[in-house]
Amino acid sequence: MRAGSVQAVVREARHCAVVRITHWLTAVSFGGLLVSGFAILLAHPRLYWGETGAVGTDSIIDLPLPFVLTGQSGWGRYLHFLSAWVCVLTGLVYALYGISSQHFRNDLLPARADLSWTCLSRVVSNHLHLKLATAEAFASYNVLQRFTYLMVVFVLFPFMIWTGLAMSPAITSVFPVLVSLLGGQQSARTIHFVVAGFLVLFLVVHVAMVCAGGFRSRVRAMITGYTTSINVRA
Amino acid sequence: MKDRLTRRKWITTGLAAAGASGLVAAARLADRYGLIPPDHGGIYGAGETLTYATQRLLMSYHSLAREFDRSQISKVIPVNGPPPENETYELLREHDFKDWRFVVDGLVARPSAFSLAELKAFPSRTQITHQACEEGWSFIAEWTGVPLSYVLNLAGVRPQARYVVFLPFDPFWDSLDMPDAWHPQTLLAYAMNGEDLPAPHGAPVRLRVARQLGYKSIKYLARITVTDTLKNIGKGWGSYSPEIGYSWYAGI
Repeated sequence: MRAGSVQAVVREARHCAVVRITHWLTAVSFGGLLVSGFAILLAHPRLYWGETGAVGTDSIIDLPLPFVLTGQSGWGRYLHFLSAWVCVLTGLVYALYGISSQHFRNDLLPARADLSWTCLSRVVSNHLHLKLATAEAFASYNVLQRFTYLMVVFVLFPFMIWTGLAMSPAITSVFPVLVSLLGGQQSARTIHFVVAGFLVLFLVVHVAMVCAGGFRSRVRAMITGYTTSINVRA
Repeated sequence: MKDRLTRRKWITTGLAAAGASGLVAAARLADRYGLIPPDHGGIYGAGETLTYATQRLLMSYHSLAREFDRSQISKVIPVNGPPPENETYELLREHDFKDWRFVVDGLVARPSAFSLAELKAFPSRTQITHQACEEGWSFIAEWTGVPLSYVLNLAGVRPQARYVVFLPFDPFWDSLDMPDAWHPQTLLAYAMNGEDLPAPHGAPVRLRVARQLGYKSIKYLARITVTDTLKNIGKGWGSYSPEIGYSWYAGI
C-alpha cells in the first residue's frame, strides 16, 4: 500500500435480523431433519407407490443402501419431529415477516422486466459461464436466485410438510384428503423422499454458490447483517 | 443509584418469578387436559410434547382412521419377531387358548376375567385399516374384535382413570390414554382377514390402535389395568418402547 492512500471501510446493510435468525435456525433444523431422515430411511430403504408396500411386494425404487434394523429409527424419529417443529415454527415466523415487511415482494418476486427473454438468457448464460458474484449482483438477487428461493420457500418446504403429515395415521384421521390426494400413504413417503432430494440439491448448489461468490463475505453478511468492503483510494 | 439497582433487581426478580410460575401453571393445565406424554423428559421431550398435544387437540372421538375396501387387503402381511417363547404362553397355545383368561383390573368397579369364547360372544366390530410400521413398510388388513370400550364399560371404569395399561405375554407392555382407549376403532382383535388370529400376529387377542403406528398395536394380550398414573410401571415412561428408544405416542 502506498503511503498516503486513504482507506474507507464501506458497510452496507444486507440482511435484516429476522432473515438472519430464521436462516440459521432453518439451517440447524434442516441438518437435524436430514440426518434423522436418513436414519429413518435406513430401516427400510425401499420406496413404493400407492397405499401399501413391504418386502415381498413390488417397489418402485430399491435404494442401494443396507437395511439397518438395529434401532436407529428410534432416536431418528425423536430428532426428526423435534427438528420439524423448530423448522415449521421458524418457517411460520419467516413467512409472516416476509409478507408483512414486503420482503417477499421486494427481494424475492422477480421484477417484470427481469422476466423478459433477453434478460433471462443473459442471467442463464452468465451462470453457465460461471460469471458470478459481481458487487452489483451481491446487492440483490438475480432472477434465477429469486426463482430458486421462491421454489424452496413456497413449493418444496410446504410439500415436505404436507407429505410428512400425510404419513401420520392420526393427522389423516382428521384430514383424510391429505393422503388421498397423493394416492396413498406409501406415495406420500416416496414424494417426501424425492422432495427431500431436491432440498439437498438446493443445499449443495446454495453452498457452492456461496463459496463461488466469496464464502467469508457472504457468511459474514448472513451473521452480522452487513457486507464490508475496503475501498483504497490514492 | 443504590435505589435504582434495588428497584431493577425487584423488577427482574418479579418478572422471572412471573415467567416461571406462568410456565408451571401452563404445564399443570396441559397435564390436567392430558396433553403431556409420559416420555416428555430428555432433550427430545419438547418435540414429543408438541406433537402429542397438537394431535390430541386436533383429533376428536369422531375422527376415524381411514377404512378400506375388501379388494384393497394386502397379499403380503409381514411379521416382526416370533411369538413369545415362555412356558405359560406355549401351554395356553397348545390347548387352543381354552384356558386363557383376559383379566381386567385396576380402577374399575368390577374386576373381571373373560374367556376367549366370552369375548367372541360380545358385540364385535370389523374394520379394514392401514397399518404402517415405524420402519416404513405398510399393509392393509381386516380386523375383527370387541371394541375395548365395550369391555371397559362392562368393568365400570372409575372417573379418576387416565390410562389403560396392556400387559402381554412378551416384554412389549404398553398403555393408551383414555381418548384412544374409548375410541370406536380401538379393538381387542381376535380375527384377521376373517380367520382366527395366527400366532405370529398376536394370538389369541391383540390390540388394534388404528390411529397410531403398528408397534402400538401390541400382541399376545394377557391383562389390562386401568390406572391414574404410569409412574410406578417400568421406568415410568408409559410403555416398553421408550425404554428401547421409541416414543410412547406413535400417531406420528
